[in-house]
Amino acid sequence: MDKRIIGTIQRINGPVITASGITDARMFELVYVSDDLLVGEVIKLSGSSAVIQVYEDTTGLKPGSPIYGSGMPLSLALGPGLIGSIYDGIQRPLEVLRAYSGHFIKRGIAAKALASDKKWHFVPAVQKGIDLHGGAIIGTVQETSRIVHKIIVSPDISGRLLSIVPEGDYSVEEPIAVIENSQQKKEITMTQYWPIRIPRPVRARRALEIPLITGQRVIDTLFPLAKGGTVAIPGGFGTGKTMTQHAIAKWCDADIIVYIGCGERGNEMTDVLTEFPKLVDPRSGKSLMERTILIANTSNMPVSAREASIYTGVTMAEYFRDQGYHVAVMADSTSRWAEALRELSGRMEEMPAEEGFPAYLATRIAEFYERAGYMDTLSGTEGSVSIIGAVSPPGGDFSEPVTQHTRRFVRCFWGLDRNLANARHYPAISWLDSYSEYLEDISAWWKNSVAESWADDRREIMDLLRRETRLLQVVKLVGPDALPDSQRFILDVCDLFKTAFLQQNAFDDIDRYSTPQKQYNMLKVILTYWQRGSSAIKRGVSLVELKRMKVVQEIIKMKYTIKDDNPQEFTKLIAALERGIERLESMYA
Amino acid sequence: MHEANTIDVIKKLQVCREYQGVSKIDGPLVVVKKTHSIGYRELVECTDAAGNVRLGMVLDTSDEAVVVQIFEGTHGLTMPETRLRFRGEPLTLGVSEAMLGRVFDGLGRPIDGGPKPRAREQLDVNGLPVNPVAREYPRDFIQTGISVIDGMNTLIRGQKLPIFSGNGLPHNELAAQIARQAKIKGGKTDFAVVFAAMGVKHDVARFFIRSFEETNSLDNVALFLSLADDPSIERIITPRAALTLAEYLAYTKGMHVLVIMTDMANYCESLREISTLRGEIPSRKGYPGYLYSDLAELYERSGMIRGLPGSITQLPILTMPNDDISHPIPDLTGYITEGQIVFDRDMHGRGIYPPVAGLPSLSRLMKDGIGKDMTREDHPHLASQLFAAYSYVKDVKNLASVIGEEELTPLDKQYLEFGEFFERQFVNQRTDEDRSIEDTLNLGWEALRKLPPEELHRVTDEELETWYMGEGNL
Repeated sequence: MDKRIIGTIQRINGPVITASGITDARMFELVYVSDDLLVGEVIKLSGSSAVIQVYEDTTGLKPGSPIYGSGMPLSLALGPGLIGSIYDGIQRPLEVLRAYSGHFIKRGIAAKALASDKKWHFVPAVQKGIDLHGGAIIGTVQETSRIVHKIIVSPDISGRLLSIVPEGDYSVEEPIAVIENSQQKKEITMTQYWPIRIPRPVRARRALEIPLITGQRVIDTLFPLAKGGTVAIPGGFGTGKTMTQHAIAKWCDADIIVYIGCGERGNEMTDVLTEFPKLVDPRSGKSLMERTILIANTSNMPVSAREASIYTGVTMAEYFRDQGYHVAVMADSTSRWAEALRELSGRMEEMPAEEGFPAYLATRIAEFYERAGYMDTLSGTEGSVSIIGAVSPPGGDFSEPVTQHTRRFVRCFWGLDRNLANARHYPAISWLDSYSEYLEDISAWWKNSVAESWADDRREIMDLLRRETRLLQVVKLVGPDALPDSQRFILDVCDLFKTAFLQQNAFDDIDRYSTPQKQYNMLKVILTYWQRGSSAIKRGVSLVELKRMKVVQEIIKMKYTIKDDNPQEFTKLIAALERGIERLESMYA
Repeated sequence: MHEANTIDVIKKLQVCREYQGVSKIDGPLVVVKKTHSIGYRELVECTDAAGNVRLGMVLDTSDEAVVVQIFEGTHGLTMPETRLRFRGEPLTLGVSEAMLGRVFDGLGRPIDGGPKPRAREQLDVNGLPVNPVAREYPRDFIQTGISVIDGMNTLIRGQKLPIFSGNGLPHNELAAQIARQAKIKGGKTDFAVVFAAMGVKHDVARFFIRSFEETNSLDNVALFLSLADDPSIERIITPRAALTLAEYLAYTKGMHVLVIMTDMANYCESLREISTLRGEIPSRKGYPGYLYSDLAELYERSGMIRGLPGSITQLPILTMPNDDISHPIPDLTGYITEGQIVFDRDMHGRGIYPPVAGLPSLSRLMKDGIGKDMTREDHPHLASQLFAAYSYVKDVKNLASVIGEEELTPLDKQYLEFGEFFERQFVNQRTDEDRSIEDTLNLGWEALRKLPPEELHRVTDEELETWYMGEGNL
């Protein structure tokens, strides 16, 4: 490391330090503080003083200690070896730290983000002599059995390829190619560095038209998310934000998952670490860990690294997007990130806006979510970054600043409901508060890939849920007995829909994931019950008799009993339902 | 201090680290100017005019002034005669196994009249964050003998499960009962208990001591008491000292440690006091913006570590101000801990002990610690069914309060009957009643038998066959 002293410590206040005698520090420059070399970042410059946020515990730091500059902004090392790793908020590999400092994280440890001794089998994809633009693919590495890591030229480098190594095993630090640009020769390796706060460039943004299939029925059928889209999941504690995030991380059809544990529980990361390697992806048949990168900055780890962890995660996602992959970023929880901003802002004695949050909170939230999108990448492929952000509103109150600002910048909203969670109705996504603006955009996909009438069927069930809400207000006053059978049947169908369709058991081997086809079939069964049942009631069949049909119990259990690859079972179920209702009708004919 | 002895000589040699005269005293904070460079969070010894030593910690340091927080308060300090000695290291606690069976003050000094236990190690009370990859995911079921916990909100070894209570509710009784009865199924592992009292009344401390005495387990308990009449600032250190000992016992000595911390609300009050005095920008209700991170520093010091035999299970108790669960203290706690046991004043009024509100209570680690080979194969579905049915009971009760119980449908009346049985027989138990997990689960099925089988959607047909119709019915 270059020992360029850029100033000395003047004052220490928690993770924020003030430095004096600043000579040539740059904004957002990565710095090393004191001779313990704690990692920090310059966040404010004023005259000869600077404010630095330190990514490690500052206990014991003393005024007068030196500060060393690194000459570059806080950047990530991007290359083969990312998949399956677990990093802290500033990309220090936690497995390596454990080898250095044991069970607890000590301070001032430097560790390489990508193992330098590991050899990867590189296959060149281009020949020397051609002109390369930034972001072009020059070769591939089989990183895990399911992910081919495409080696791309850093977006800020272009020129003529003077040489490239033949197929063979190389480490991430060995030069693999030489590029010449305006008489300058540049050796490149499989690693490239990119600052976390700057979005990686793309060729163009595209419209979002393909849903991100999560296998969760309430999401895919009622409030779908598009690939490249953004969604917020707000909910009080215990409503299942993390459970929902985990379920999506496990079963969604993205190629790569970046899971950011931002200011949350240590055991939740351990849960992911122990569970994911054992789970098998239904599409590729490979272990889920082979497509997952974890960023863990738990609640007891330094707060400024928590602030950085969100950017670290999304930068990694953009890197894989640039290789032509669909990446889903889980940020759990963005509220903790916002609180880190608040804490740092308070320590810098900035003027607060709402509830102590800094006035630039909304800008930062917007910048983060705008890094999502479905893009034409520089390498000529298509890729997407979808962001699924959990929000933890204090007291479960959605009117607080983080939830409100987040709502302005996301197009999909899955509000978690305390009452549903209390009744152990999971996922506790409220069908009244939630919405998806992607509905129109992705209807065409459902129409072409699953069923012509998907949008109409979805509308019909949403309409029933709305009518139920109105009826329930009446029921609250007079009891259900006062309603005629035709209206009580609406309550009954909605109950059935909630139990049989919306509730999904994340721990059941069959129920935890439903294909779009199965979701549609289940919806169709319930709608058949509604349509045929209400006409039977008109003909005089009583609700009690309808509910007593044996097939109703089969409908309730269909999510557990009918497997994805068995669509004919649904045909049988519908036939049995029709027969049962016909039998009842014939008694009244 | 009259005769010049060796100690004085040594003190004189260290004179560069000691300062007489401070420039400002404000509540528990002391400001001293023009010092040598002093480390953030360094330990400070503060000597008053009479020669009494108090402990403090550096809160803010710059090349101009240093802010020191005095744990025992600044009562009686004078500006010119106060001497501050900077120790050049953070606050540490000397720990050893001999601390079990002893009583300490809020800073870890013995107050039971016995000698100072010989320290095996000096540890920084602030601890270090556990590397997430070094954690072992907790999944060992702890049988507390309390049905509503074992059956519905199972406690797992290494979990942090707070009790959200209110003033006048029996949270102390429940915590003491858990400490007495907790055991691992099949095994006879005993728990060492580390008890941290923050701002609680003398009677509460006495209640716990007596409860441990009655079961002859006092030798297995270390108590850290910062009672209501002790300086409030001391409470910032009390849970940290207790957890430092717990970590030593668990990770160095391989013991299973249960840490009871009461009352977290008082701890947060002390944090707010200091924050206000320092003129920090408050977030909600005057609490500092870092309350979440600060609480997390405590609560995250629980769990298990891969390859080490011990564990730390935390049972923090907090009284919700005005029984409001959305108050910042319970709210932030709930976001960090792995579930919560919530008390309900109405149930307490109806004479139900423990008055655990069924629906808002939750154990997040339960899913991996129950079921076949751990408790019993029917446990997960049974618990889920009980929650669903009990949740419907609440709806029925609301309806009944409007239209009257007579107007309810026969099925809804059955639900009321189920609710009554559930609260009176399943939840309610004596403070000395120790139910086995089998008894708890069988009782759960007995409650479900008040309902017709076609209402039970969350259990499988086989489970209905075995437990609803079958042997439990004999």
